[in-house]
Amino acid sequence: MSEAVIDRENGAVAAAQGRSLAGRAVAAVVSRLVILVPYLWLLFFFLAPFVIVFKISLSQTAIAMPPYDPVLSLADGVSGLLEQLRQLSIDNYVWLTEDALYFNAYVSSVVIAAISTFLTLLVGYPIAYGMARAPASLRPMLLMLVILPFWTSFLIRVYAWIGILKPEGLLNQFLMALNIIDEPLIILNTHTAIFIGIVYSYLPFMILPLYSSLEKMDYSLIEAAKDLGCTPNGAFWKITFPLSLPGVIAGCMLVFIPAVGEFVIPDLLGGSQTLMIGKTLWNEFFANRDWPVSSAVAVILLLILIVPIMIFQSAQARAQEQER
Amino acid sequence: MNATWSRFNIVSIVLGFAFLYLPIVLLVIFSFNASKLVTVWGGFSTKWYVELFNNRGLMDAAWVTIRVGLISATIATVLGTLAALTLTRYTRFRGRVLFSGMVFAPLVMPEVITGLSLLLLFVAIGFDRGFMTVTLAHITFSMCFVAVVVQSRLVSFDRSLEEAAMDLGAPPVKTFFQITLPVIMPAIVSGWMLAFTLSIDDLVISSFTSGPGATTLPMKIYSQVRLGVTPEINAACTLLIAIVAIGVVVASLANKRREVQRLRDEQAAQRG
Repeated sequence: MSEAVIDRENGAVAAAQGRSLAGRAVAAVVSRLVILVPYLWLLFFFLAPFVIVFKISLSQTAIAMPPYDPVLSLADGVSGLLEQLRQLSIDNYVWLTEDALYFNAYVSSVVIAAISTFLTLLVGYPIAYGMARAPASLRPMLLMLVILPFWTSFLIRVYAWIGILKPEGLLNQFLMALNIIDEPLIILNTHTAIFIGIVYSYLPFMILPLYSSLEKMDYSLIEAAKDLGCTPNGAFWKITFPLSLPGVIAGCMLVFIPAVGEFVIPDLLGGSQTLMIGKTLWNEFFANRDWPVSSAVAVILLLILIVPIMIFQSAQARAQEQER
Repeated sequence: MNATWSRFNIVSIVLGFAFLYLPIVLLVIFSFNASKLVTVWGGFSTKWYVELFNNRGLMDAAWVTIRVGLISATIATVLGTLAALTLTRYTRFRGRVLFSGMVFAPLVMPEVITGLSLLLLFVAIGFDRGFMTVTLAHITFSMCFVAVVVQSRLVSFDRSLEEAAMDLGAPPVKTFFQITLPVIMPAIVSGWMLAFTLSIDDLVISSFTSGPGATTLPMKIYSQVRLGVTPEINAACTLLIAIVAIGVVVASLANKRREVQRLRDEQAAQRG
């Protein structure tokens, strides 16, 4: 074999190695970008805004644009910035504790959200259970039918209930035509209307995680329990329900957390009497134009929700680990 | 399995779906009502649709909504897919816990908080509120939904395909575009559609982040709904529902066709 051939072969190997090195370098840069781009986006548009909300919640209302004071800037140098930082105070939080309106709004939001979440579970469980036990050929279609309303506007679905629930609405017309009631029921602008609205709007969020945990369940366990003399009711509470608990937790969190801060449903169905914190925040911001107080309301709402959000996160992470 | 599908199961499914669909069906029916009274049937008519198309304000808002939806869904799909890749492929890097937290938290975050915080960010950096700010806000919350949809497809993805391609000498980037991307494409498409519908439906976040000249259709509908139920709004809602329904049906048909094609290819490959 001549030296030239060996040289050429060595050259080819070296070139190939060079290419793969370059390829690896490109891949390293690309993978860095894959992580960095969404990371930076969320840091800037999701996390940074919370820091700003927190800072403004410590500011004072001002008649200016932006309507709060101090506006942090480095225009006066570092000492100027320190002077501005000294002006921050917890006055807004003191104000929130002094006015019973806010405290009541937080409590009633949590209570309304908790009751609605429980009702959604009661309505959603039999549906999810029925779907999980349906013939396998029907299941994709049933799943599609649960997801489909989720694609139609939230606002429209809430709006649809106004026409049904109001005193001269379709529900009352129907019940009066059947002679079940003589007087129209007053449902719109009450808590009942809010419960109906939340159960209706968030039902798919409850059904989907319930269904996915019920579908994975091994039904021979129930048959075994029944063979051993367990009643159907006992088998449900001893086997089915505990096994579906991950789905129950995920579903309840998916309903409870957004429901606490819900604005559209209490505003359109609950009327002016209902006190819910999402509505309070909205009014504080749009009607009173008090940015610092609405920021403080948001900070406390976030603190209330941080525990449920962390439960949801860890449930989500656990589900992800299991699938891997 | 059939034997265990009891009457109770069937009844609860039927009642459940009646509850889910009846309000929407009633809304659509009453958009064709000739009577101005929304809840009293006065005969069939399409006059509210004619009036809707002559309503300049609603039509302008619809146009803004569609543009915001198209732009934000497209960018959110790119960012969301990258986020999904990060979550499934890079299990070890600094700040991973924070990252997955930032992806999952917006899914449950009350909209009033997201809206307010984004608005305060735009004010703090001196960004004029309008079309741009609404679009940026929509990208931010919808990219997380895209990430979850794409991630669920990536988790079940057979990685030996990628390894085979790389063993045969394909560089990682080429492998991604020729192997990974085509396989996860259905999830990316449904992620885009989800982002688009979330964007055209959003009321609360848009209300906080929009400015003069960037009123979206839900904002317009909301301001009119507060004044009472009108057949014209029923008509607008029906059109929105129709657009979304057509989109979903077309996408699922396309998906099914791709699936059938894939099965046929596989069978052909087995025979050949």
